[in-house]
This record gives sequence, structure tokens and C-alpha cells, in this order.
Amino acid sequence: MLRAEALVAGWGKPATSPIDFSLQAGEIVGLTGPNGVGKSTLLAAFAGRASVFSGRLELQAGLRLAVQTQDVPPVDGLPLSGRDLLGLTGASPAGLPPWLIDRVDIRLDRLSGGQRHYLALWAVLHAPADLVLLDEPTNNLDAAGVRHLTAHLHERAGEGCGIVVVSHDAAFVAAACDRVVVLEARDGD
Amino acid sequence: MATDLFLIPFFTGLGLAILLPLLGCYLRLRDEWLAALAYSHVSAAGALLALVAGLPPAAGGIAAAALAGAGKRLFAARLSGGAAYAVLLLAGWSVAVLLAANQPQAERLGHALFDGQLYFSGSEQLWLVAASVPVALGVLRILSRHLLLAHTYPDFFRIRGLRAWPTQIGFDLLAALALALATMSLGVMGAFALVFIPPWLAFRRARNWRAGLLLSLLLGLAAYVVAFGVALWLDQPFGPILAMMLVALGLIVA
Repeated sequence: MLRAEALVAGWGKPATSPIDFSLQAGEIVGLTGPNGVGKSTLLAAFAGRASVFSGRLELQAGLRLAVQTQDVPPVDGLPLSGRDLLGLTGASPAGLPPWLIDRVDIRLDRLSGGQRHYLALWAVLHAPADLVLLDEPTNNLDAAGVRHLTAHLHERAGEGCGIVVVSHDAAFVAAACDRVVVLEARDGD
Repeated sequence: MATDLFLIPFFTGLGLAILLPLLGCYLRLRDEWLAALAYSHVSAAGALLALVAGLPPAAGGIAAAALAGAGKRLFAARLSGGAAYAVLLLAGWSVAVLLAANQPQAERLGHALFDGQLYFSGSEQLWLVAASVPVALGVLRILSRHLLLAHTYPDFFRIRGLRAWPTQIGFDLLAALALALATMSLGVMGAFALVFIPPWLAFRRARNWRAGLLLSLLLGLAAYVVAFGVALWLDQPFGPILAMMLVALGLIVA
């Protein structure tokens, strides 16, 4: 569903080294590498946000994409509950972890950072989509959250969804991903 | 006859007291509550300009606000962070005050627009409000999910191929026209008070978005009904009484 050949992406100027990448339906691929190597930029290029400077990027026609960035939805001071947030992306609360399911009707700005992050992540992960792009999904999650996310990613992939995960969490990537692509720094960086 | 005299202004204001607190929730969501003041001032200036030019003031006010609402997007890149609204507010205020100071016929209308003389509303205004408010509420309902999604998940919104400009321009136009309509009856500050205070209070208390809308609506309606009676009873201009009621309500609830 996604194929990149010698792809160089960036914001205003090239920020990644050339990379070959492919993703099949039902596959979970991790993107790792040192800080500043352009993992998030590459994900943004897959999502059509960052520019492609050279190489080829092909996405299967008619793909429904869902993307989670490292930005937290700005909900402070807004009367938005977790259920409201899930409803916006078309996600269902069914399958949420036990420590969150009974908090789904509470305002998001009254939840802990970890609970809010997991709900925001769930809203993207569970949105009707064929390709899900996740950028550092384990940020703010405790061990229970990471375990639940790992299990759920496999369930989602089992439904035929392709998933690309950018993460610096090596243990999570090893447990969650079918394949790992390691990005290297650009020559001269 | 006497009943008609009061019923027409009452129902005119009632329609606006339903629309403005709901509109205010979305303005507050987008952190654009200053837009209410800006569009009201631009609308007042447009009405006075139209009066001086021998045209219907209401048409002038609505046209000026619509122009400001649609035109704001053209300068959005250069006037970010609410600067566009501050510029519109100052431009509208200065034109309105200068016209009122130099044109005798504009001075009377200027006072009415800034004081909020709801009791002088005629059947034309009532019909305009009766026709516009249901349409505006319908448009707001259609835009609601996109406005919320664009705020919480801007990347998700864009990646799904949802175009931002119809939502943005549609909402800007809706806000401008609703504020222009309200300014003609409730006055600049009366309209602003109904847009600002009920959502401000509702956002502090409500458990979810739907409850926020409902609470904002109820607070706006309650303040409006009480203010209508008090202003009539004390023979005072409606706008300041409504603003005073909403401020008092704000202090009690907050």
C-alpha cells in the first residue's frame, strides 16, 4: 500500500538520507534511528505534509489515512470529553483499557497527561483507516499503556490495516513491529 | 397594539439570544471571541455609512460585516494571532465615531447602535431574524464537526482530504452576518456580551461539548429574558442592562 524508493524528504530543504521503504496491508513497520535523523519528517512525507525532494513515493489509490503527531490536541479549557474526541475521528471506545474505559465521559482537561495521550492516540488508531501513521506513540505512556498499545497494534494489523510507527523506544518497537527500518544520518550531518 | 410593540422586539432579541451563545462557543473554541467585537464595530460603521449614502442602514451593516468576514482570510497570513480582529475593530470604531460626530442623522443611529435600542426593532427586523436564525443554526450544525476536528486534529482533518477553506470562510461569514444582525438590534456591546459570557461560563462547567452548548444557550436565554424585563421596567437602554445581567451572572456562576 505504500512504497518509497530513494526518497529524500524535508521541510524547505532535504532532511533525510535516501531511503527505500515499503509497507503491505496488515504489516507493522517501525522507523527508528538517532535523534534528528528525520524519522518524523519521513512520516510527515508519507502523510503528504513534508516535501519530497528526490526519489519516488507511491501510495495506493483511495487509501484512508490516519495520522498521529507528537502534538497534543489543544483541549485545555474546552468542554470536550474523551467520547467527544473519539466521535470526531469515528473511533469506538470498545477495546479501551480498563483503566480508561470508565473515564471516557470525563473532560479531557481533567484527565492525567498519560490518560489524555492514550485517548488522543486511540482516536487516531481506531479511526476508520487503511494506513495508520504513528509518531512516538509511547510518549507519556506507562508500562501498562505500552503493553495495551502493543497488543492493540497487532489486533489492528490483523484487521488488514498497515501501520508505520516512529519510535525511539527500542523495546516497544521490537515487541510491536513485524519489521524495523533504521534511518541513518545524511552524509555531512 | 401595546403588546405588539413589545412582542416584536422581544421575539427579535429572543432569536438572537438563541443564536449568539451557540455561535460564541465555536468562536471560543477557535480562540476568536474578539471577532464578535470586531464584526459588531464594522457592522455599525457599515450601517452609518449606508445611512449617510441614503441606503438602508441594515443592508449596509450586513454588507460591511460580510465583506470583513470574507476578506479577513486574504490577510490571515499577515495578521495572525487575532491581529485581524483588532484591526477590524479599530477601523470600524473610528469610522463609526467620526461619522456620528460629523453627520447629524448618523449621530442618532450611532447612539442606537452602540446603546442597543432593541425596543425600536420593527417587524422587518423580526422577519429578518426569524428567517436568518434557523439557517444560521443549520449551517453551524453542519460546520460543527469539521470545526472541532480541525481544532483538535488539524493533520487528520487535512489528511482525510477535508478542505479547510470552506469551513473557515463559511464560519467567518456566518459569524460576521450573525454579529451584524445582532448589532442592529442588541447593540455592539449587547451582542458581544451574549457571544462572550455564556460560552465562557459554560466552558468552565460543562462535562462535554453538547452540555457546553446547552448550558451556554440556557445562560444566554435566561440573561436575555431578565434583561428585557428589567430594561423595560426601568426604562433603560437594553444593551447595557443585558451586559450588566450577563456580568452579574458571570460573577455568580464563576
